[in-house]
Amino acid sequence: MSAVEDTGRREFLRSSAGVGGGLLLALTLPTAMRWGAADAATVSQNNPVNAFVKVGSDGTVTLIMHKSEMGQGVYTGLVQLLAEELDCDLSRVRVETAPVAPEYNNPNFPLQFTGGSMSISSSWTGLRLAGGTARAMLVQAAAQRWKVDPASCRTERSFVYGPAGRKAGYGELAAAAGKLKAPDHKSIRLKPQSEFKIIGKPIKRIETAEKINGSGKFGLDVRVPGMLRAVIARPPALGATPKHIDDAAARAVRGVITVVTVSAGVAVVARNTYAARKGRDALVIEWQPTAEPLLDTERLRADYKKLSLTPAPLVPRNDGDAPRVLKSDGKHLEAFYELPYLAHAAMEPLNCVADCRADRCDVWTGTQMQSPDQAAAASISGLPADKVFIHTMLLGGGFGRRGNPGSDFVREAVEVSKKIGKPVQVVWTREDDMHGGWYRPQWANRLRASLGKDGKPVAWHHTVVGQSIMAGTLMQGMVKNGIDPTSVEGAAELPYGIPNIRVDLHTTTAPVRVQWWRSVGHSHTAFAVESFVDECAAQAGKDPLEYRRSLLGEKHPRHRAVLELLAEKSGWGQPLPAGTARGMALHESFGSVVGEVAEVSLHEGLPRVHRVVAVIHCGFAVNPQLIAAQLESAVNYGLSAALYGQITYADGKPQQANFDTYAVMRMNEAPRVEAHIVPSQDAPTGVGEPGTPPIAPAVANAIFTLTQRRARRLPMIRGGQLMA
Amino acid sequence: MQKLNINGEIHSVDVDPDMPLLWVLRDVLDMTGTKFGCGMALCGACTVHLDGEATRSCVLPIVGVAGRKITTIEGVGNTRLGKAVQAAWGAVDVPQCGYCQSGQIMAATSLLAKNKSPTDADIDSAMSGNICRCGIYNRIRAAIHQAVIPEGAAT
Repeated sequence: MSAVEDTGRREFLRSSAGVGGGLLLALTLPTAMRWGAADAATVSQNNPVNAFVKVGSDGTVTLIMHKSEMGQGVYTGLVQLLAEELDCDLSRVRVETAPVAPEYNNPNFPLQFTGGSMSISSSWTGLRLAGGTARAMLVQAAAQRWKVDPASCRTERSFVYGPAGRKAGYGELAAAAGKLKAPDHKSIRLKPQSEFKIIGKPIKRIETAEKINGSGKFGLDVRVPGMLRAVIARPPALGATPKHIDDAAARAVRGVITVVTVSAGVAVVARNTYAARKGRDALVIEWQPTAEPLLDTERLRADYKKLSLTPAPLVPRNDGDAPRVLKSDGKHLEAFYELPYLAHAAMEPLNCVADCRADRCDVWTGTQMQSPDQAAAASISGLPADKVFIHTMLLGGGFGRRGNPGSDFVREAVEVSKKIGKPVQVVWTREDDMHGGWYRPQWANRLRASLGKDGKPVAWHHTVVGQSIMAGTLMQGMVKNGIDPTSVEGAAELPYGIPNIRVDLHTTTAPVRVQWWRSVGHSHTAFAVESFVDECAAQAGKDPLEYRRSLLGEKHPRHRAVLELLAEKSGWGQPLPAGTARGMALHESFGSVVGEVAEVSLHEGLPRVHRVVAVIHCGFAVNPQLIAAQLESAVNYGLSAALYGQITYADGKPQQANFDTYAVMRMNEAPRVEAHIVPSQDAPTGVGEPGTPPIAPAVANAIFTLTQRRARRLPMIRGGQLMA
Repeated sequence: MQKLNINGEIHSVDVDPDMPLLWVLRDVLDMTGTKFGCGMALCGACTVHLDGEATRSCVLPIVGVAGRKITTIEGVGNTRLGKAVQAAWGAVDVPQCGYCQSGQIMAATSLLAKNKSPTDADIDSAMSGNICRCGIYNRIRAAIHQAVIPEGAAT
């Protein structure tokens, strides 16, 4: 595969015969979207990434999958892109997870990872070109065999049809096609959308069967011959280190093999997970606390509040002179919004299998970040990266946590394996997972506005306070002039027409490690912005939907289209049962615009969300069924956080440990979610994350309509009560 | 040595009597369809049937299951009812990440064994112990309603 690198970036596609008795195609994928929104065609030439397609002699089409399946449906969506242009039988397509290689990197970051809601958008042109190129080669092979003009042949469902009733399957043509020189991708004509048979259709997920019969293999299901299990006694408080370890009782537990100290803590290695856990319970460790002040959530909140009142040094947006207008006479509003640290709490607790030997290191795990994990394993094992093999398993939820910038769950497994000289599976208990840090940051947002005579804001000042996610990580390059754009994303791009806008930022430091959490910065900015717009509308005495429509003016056609469909589908303005109210929010993230209306009532003083209408503009809908599923998922994920989610600290210790203290949405609370897609012929934009940001403000705004009280701090339910 | 009746087969295991059934299944018998989620019977990922009844295997010491019939996700499809539930799951295309699905299907099958046409409230009460972080509760509900239960099908 490294040969692809050597041929230079100009050659789009190479083929070589003999792999799997068929055709091996190495192809490039252009990517555009989030990180460097450029014209896709330009990006495809300047910034290619390689993937691989195989057509076997048995007719099986294999897509070498460079993206991780964590529930978002990426296996299915990417197969659709390929299969459409390859004209192959969908039932003959299989997926094989990619090894780590530069060919699979994201074109805009030199990393192999899945995130940023861009798997489809970054593959949109490239995978279709790959399919079209493979198809052209199969046609060429058939035409040569039949001695006919390729133009006289057509393809359908894995067959090439020629003149006079000739017909050949892709499998029987694969070997000959593999010997051909790949055509220039510029000669490949992609189908117009009107000819799509697979793209745009609600194709069912390709991996459903294994997920309903128990055979699907997640990281935790990996079994390697001779594999031991380990759990790690981790510091109970931030920064604590083991001062004295008495492991005699742990070693006496039946099934415990050994106890080793690693950088993450003290690992108890056993024949099975239960014994390892029992052994950990039997460890007697004296922990040395850090000399630093111990983190306390209330103190951090107070610090952030104070900071939000002082001039912020970083200014990502400054139109006009908002502070001056806000000092002059007029109708002024000010509000302060707070959001807590959040754990990702995927259903599958973190885990990793490592087999670190003298000459190679194998890692099996559900990861969103293969190439950083490979580098981490290489550094621990002392082996060159090309001797480290990352085997990507199904991910039992990711939400960002399985793309760890420090490769924490991989690093420690390699460390344990290296120390014991055997393959080992390190299992995180739910409590380990909840306490493990790398949370969504705690945030504070102060907003101020001045309303003109027509009730519209003439000045808007938004101050953000919180830790940078990207600073000091692999994504450090995103931080420009001290500004981490993800801290203010969704705030700095405020779409509303306001003449004076200032968005500024205090970047803080705290001992808690922070990380991207489904929708990253948008998870806090949307709450602040869309709550505050609602406050402005209420102050102006305007309908919230009408108010937003007027602020968008003639600009932002996608926002307006979402708003119109949302008004229609939600029945905005129509009567509701007594005691029920609607709230709405509108937010752009990951290239897509989502509007949501939540219908909320109070039961015994607690909010109950009955129905959520979600409308998305995400460009061309590659799979409407998967998009609807992602909106449903994103709404419930955001609702868990809006209503219940928080990690708080006292004396440097996180106060939540399992699903009893870190409550999440359950069946009896889940709203009916109705998803709608604005029809569009634009290139696809993000889907996995954009449904999450609007739900918290939509619910908070409904609660205001119900109670005339604002929920300005999340989660809304604390101590068993609605705090609004 | 303890004898366990799992999916109609007898397995002998030599483990501590306090080891939860979950870890016997996963780590001793390598039957990995039953999932570990919380270890405290809070999330339902580890749900199996014990004599047909949905039970959390993560807090169930195997000493308590001697002589009982254990059914796991690997075996539930051998019953007409389990097969019908899995078919409905496929028809609705329920799973996302899929990690909670074994537990969801086991809980739903147990519900439908007792109640052929559960109301939404019945579903809420039977299924609220099973967390899905992908939040696909609407689809789980739809699949349960859609499961066509063959005549005379018990567990």
